[in-house]
Formats: sequence, C-alpha cells, structure tokens
Amino acid sequence: MQRRLLFLLPLLTLALMAGFFAWSLLAGRDPAAIGSVLVGRAAPRLDLPALRAGDPPLTAALLKSGKPVLVNFFASWCTPCLAEHPLFTRLSEREGATIIGIAWKNKRDEAAAWLKRLGDPFKSAGLDLDGKMGLDWGLSGVPETYAIDGNGIVRMHFRGPITERDLNESILPFLKGAK
Amino acid sequence: MRHAVALLALLFALPALAVEPSEVLSDPALESRAREIGQALRCVVCQNQSIDDSAAEVAHDMRRAVRERLSAGDSNDQVFAYMVARYGDYVLLKPPFKTGTLVLWLGAPLLLLIAGGALLLAARRRQRAGLTVPQPLSDEERQRLDTLLKP
Repeated sequence: MQRRLLFLLPLLTLALMAGFFAWSLLAGRDPAAIGSVLVGRAAPRLDLPALRAGDPPLTAALLKSGKPVLVNFFASWCTPCLAEHPLFTRLSEREGATIIGIAWKNKRDEAAAWLKRLGDPFKSAGLDLDGKMGLDWGLSGVPETYAIDGNGIVRMHFRGPITERDLNESILPFLKGAK
Repeated sequence: MRHAVALLALLFALPALAVEPSEVLSDPALESRAREIGQALRCVVCQNQSIDDSAAEVAHDMRRAVRERLSAGDSNDQVFAYMVARYGDYVLLKPPFKTGTLVLWLGAPLLLLIAGGALLLAARRRQRAGLTVPQPLSDEERQRLDTLLKP
C-alpha cells in the first residue's frame, strides 16, 4: 500500500506544476512585469529646465499643489508616445487634468516641434536630456505615466503607453477621487 | 605554433560587454567594483541581460549611476540599495531571500530531497525483498546443467 503511494509522487509533482502553469496562464500573470516600487511613496525629485522657452523651470512644488497631477515621460522619437498622445489631449481639454510632460533623452527643438505639430496638452513641460532624473523615477523607457495625488504621493505608474481602458478604468476615477 | 596562437587568443577573449569606453572610470579599483555590480544588476528593458551586457539606453544610465555612486564613496551594498529603491527587487539578477521568494529558493532543494528520499526508500525495499540468497545447486541440478550446456 505504502509502495503504491510512492508511485503517486511523480504524478503529484506533475499536478502541482500543471496547476502553477494553469494559474500563470489564466490569471494573466506577467513574469516580465517590472512593477513599481514608487507607488505609495512620495514622488521622486523634480527639478528640470523648462522645455518651452520663457517658462519657469520645473520644481517639486508642482507635485504638491493639493490637486492630482499626471506626469508623462515622452520623446519625439518614440512611436508609442504618438499613439497615446490624443488621450492626453483629451484629458487636458475635456477633463481639465493637470499634466506635466517630460521630454526624455530628446533634443529641445525636436521635442518642442513634436508638441507644436500634435498639440501641447502639458501644463508644464520639462527636459530630461540625459535621463538622469528618469532614473530617480524608476523609468525603464518612454512612454511612462505617473499619477500623483494632491499630497505628492505616487498612486499609479503606467509603463508603456496608456490606453483608452487605463483612462476609463484608472485615470479618470483617480482624478475624480483624489481631490 | 598555430595552436599556441589560438590558445593565446582564447586566453584574452572576453565576453562582449556593452560598457562604452567613455563610461569607464579612471580608477581601476572603482571600475572593477562597478563591473562586479553591473554584472549583478538586471537591465529593466532586456529582462535577462545584466546592465553591463545590455546596449539599452536605460542600462547605459544605470551604469553611469553606479559609477557616480561609487565615486561618491558608496559601498557596493549602498549602490544595490540605490537601484532597488528605484526599480525594486526586479533589478537584482540574484533575487533576495524573503517570504515572497521562499518557493523560488527552497522549491528545487525540497523537490530534490523528496525525490532522493523516495529513491532511497525504494532501493531499501528492493534490498530487503532480495534478501533470500539463492541456494547453491545440488549435484543433480549441476549434472543436468552440464548436459544442457554441452554442445
């Protein structure tokens, strides 16, 4: 009897592994997801030169205005940024969201020309030419978007372009709730 | 001679690194520490490459940050903590030992232990079952065997 139980051992191992794989597939687990350690913490430093000529430089005070803020890292050379751009235009024009745009590893002229061509949804726009500030924000590339509440705490971090679904299910409820 | 040259070439062959000459620190001791750290930090774009192996923009920024921290007098552990504070445990190619990674660290050894135990148990059982030593052949049996084996 005991001997027969021993034969079940490989089967049990197989079942355990199959269970894990099934869970991975069905629960939408993404082993490549970097996650974000910033969520729930105070926003990292913000001190950048302004992208637009004549604007004041960007400071941390912009993140503690008492109102929720979106911070979007973009670049004119980045195609997914082009894809998400209309959503930011909509957020700014129709929802009255405060959006800070940061051109990452992008020449000033090129970023400015890009915004001129597509429309500029940013209340403030900064320039992170060498990507040093991006590192403090745990940036892995562009585009990435952060939602920061009125107290300067990071509440959401989107890696990659935001989608219509992100907008409707996460960003808009956040903007309405985090006053 | 040709073999010697080939061997010599192999001796000097280094893994291809993405570290650019402009990034290298002038202090060789600091640079070797930077390499040690760079090999253990995971590129957040390429997943299974270290930042030293990756040509990604972010990997370049991370290598630069590692060197800046080291030049500022940070210890290796402080540099790792600096990166983890920004990118989480994800950046460590060797994941830390904690509750969330228990299965990862102990799963395989545990499985080995179970399988080894099972094998040992089975082997012992077989041994006990085979304890009845065969009796030597009787004279009659030997005679029969001899006639059978004779051509």
